[in-house]
Amino acid sequence: MSKTFRRKLDLKNGRVDMSHGAGGRAMAELISSIFKDAFGNELLEQGNDQASFPTPAGGRMVMTTDGYVVSPLFFPGGDIGSLAVHGTVNDLAMAGAKPLYLSASYIIEEGFPLGDLKRIADSMGAAAKAAGVLVVTGDTKVVERGKADGVFISTAGVGVVPDGLALSGDRARPGDKVIVSGSMGDHGVAIMSSRENLTFETEILSDSAALNGLVEAMVTVAGPHLKLMRDPTRGGLAATLNELAHQSGVGFRIVEDHIPIKKQVAAACELLGLDPLNVANEGKLVVVVAPEAAEALLAAMRGHPLGADAAIIGDAVEDDQHFVQMTTGFGGGRIVDWLAGEQLPRIC
Amino acid sequence: MKYVDEYRDGDKARALAAAIAAEVRPDRSYAFMEFCGGHTHAISRYGIEDLLPPNVRMIHGPGCPVCVLPIGRIDDAIRLARRPEVTLCTYADLMRVPASGGLSLMKAKAAGADIRMVYSSLDVLRIAEANPERQVVFFAIGFETTTPPTAVALKTAEAKGLTNFSIYCNHVLTPVAMRAILDREPTPDEPPIAIEGFVGPSHVSTIIGMEPYRVFARDYRKPVVIAGFEPLDVMYSILMLVRQVNEQRAEVENQYIRAVRADGNSVAIDLCDEVFELRDSFEWRGLGTVPKSALKLRDAYAFYDAEKRFSIETQPAEDNPACECGAILRGQKKPADCRLFGTVCTPETPTGACMVSSEGACAAHWTYGRFRDREAGAGLRKSA
Repeated sequence: MSKTFRRKLDLKNGRVDMSHGAGGRAMAELISSIFKDAFGNELLEQGNDQASFPTPAGGRMVMTTDGYVVSPLFFPGGDIGSLAVHGTVNDLAMAGAKPLYLSASYIIEEGFPLGDLKRIADSMGAAAKAAGVLVVTGDTKVVERGKADGVFISTAGVGVVPDGLALSGDRARPGDKVIVSGSMGDHGVAIMSSRENLTFETEILSDSAALNGLVEAMVTVAGPHLKLMRDPTRGGLAATLNELAHQSGVGFRIVEDHIPIKKQVAAACELLGLDPLNVANEGKLVVVVAPEAAEALLAAMRGHPLGADAAIIGDAVEDDQHFVQMTTGFGGGRIVDWLAGEQLPRIC
Repeated sequence: MKYVDEYRDGDKARALAAAIAAEVRPDRSYAFMEFCGGHTHAISRYGIEDLLPPNVRMIHGPGCPVCVLPIGRIDDAIRLARRPEVTLCTYADLMRVPASGGLSLMKAKAAGADIRMVYSSLDVLRIAEANPERQVVFFAIGFETTTPPTAVALKTAEAKGLTNFSIYCNHVLTPVAMRAILDREPTPDEPPIAIEGFVGPSHVSTIIGMEPYRVFARDYRKPVVIAGFEPLDVMYSILMLVRQVNEQRAEVENQYIRAVRADGNSVAIDLCDEVFELRDSFEWRGLGTVPKSALKLRDAYAFYDAEKRFSIETQPAEDNPACECGAILRGQKKPADCRLFGTVCTPETPTGACMVSSEGACAAHWTYGRFRDREAGAGLRKSA
């Protein structure tokens, strides 16, 4: 991936700025030039949101970790506690895995109301129960006032992969179909609408949800035909498709009119000057599947409550420049690119 | 979405495309400039180029306030923001604009400067009220559309007796810039300025009306069609321009009748006139120094003028000499003709004016349209 970056990080004088956490190219560059350099190994090199590896006892396991710094802590459709379960469960599920155990690490700011902490922990427990995972270990740290913002949570998770599944971001091939599980942009817009400095009326709830049930249904129907899955969180569908195009060495051609977007989300994005394709989701997935299994998979997804609005949005194509190209609803063509810089900080 | 979807309808777009194709003369070409970045963005985002005949070319003009703001003014803002007593408030798209010494507002913020992103000039007043111990400076930029909100913020601050609020004024004027483009005498090695008509600004025209464009029709024989920002507005305006050219007319027409009145918004005009006056000259990135092309606060409001309060003296800062932004903004070159385009100059690491905001000609082409360079076989660069 490093070939796509045109200027090196200035490690001598540079500083971390908000774009390094925005899920776009700047973040990919940071990971590539600092973390991959430091940790370099074959599993990390695969560049997935989780690592999948054989266990000594046989079978494959998946492991992932994620930090949560969402602001506000409580938002329409969820809170940092449930989000910290959903995000990590989803990262495991995107490898086709059955999520089993989570850890939870809390960094709490001095002065944080105990009642709110209880609310967050209860929500986390309920989300874990609903997703069928156990939070089996944890850590608690308190920092001085002003050194954090309320609560930051970090969760790690492990799961097991059913035999015969080998999902990875580098497996899309020309001709494969691209399916999204539902409407794009709900989470990001829900967060934006609840931020105090952006007050507008909207009924948008975050789509924050654990996708392992949906994934199980998908694996049952299309197991060996599934090439890869990814949840389009920060940077939205646009960032996810661009990552996958580079990882798999293909391009994508998608059709704007086939991408499900709720009317209220489209309207809010219009007001805020956002492109819904760049806006985060927390309960949606993108799946790339062999064409012969696409229709059966789509039907299975639509049969699950979290995939009711699933849609085939396009194809993987040969493209040595790895462009994501879209036919617009207006009838023209355009590239769907990574967003440059920061769009919505602290979205998850 | 009501009042939006009907202006983005694919069937109507195809019908308009057919009408344009039927009316263009095959024996000639057409070159129109959309002045506004908003139009550039619409053309790129909706793929309008694909719906136009090959002999109709759109030139992406300098109407992106972030793009044309010279580096020296960003340097000023960074210096201001680094003063310990100052909170600098800015629209978000200025954050990443590269300044001198590899700096930007975003990097200055990361290094500790108190810089806040705002959506409205009134947010700045809220910040000033909530932080009476801070000197809150509004980094005001934009064309005639964003000038009235700055004036409103000033008048509101005055009414509230807010003394810790000031304005770093960088407001610029559209018709003067259009004129500067047409008035340029190309150097012997430059291609001529090929603009045959203008897609006129949307929101700017809601304020200033139609009159300020008459000079282009009358003195320069260039048709102007004021157009809405939706893609069908743009398509229809192009059709209106094609008709004017074919009929050898040069008039100011208004396609955006649902928002633009011939005499504009007199309340806003009067308010701006009360608060602002012309600067003798102002530097534009890509266009150079243009006389009487920008506004400053009148002496009566000197108290709110950050340039006076903090004794700002703008130092000139050079653009990268290889940057072709000037020629691109005048339509003499295309983004892919620039050696820097897509190599050192990308939206993440912009070098020139046209790449710094998503409404700039180069950024729009890079983000939405660079696949066409491959199709055209011209300016092709391996990007991966």
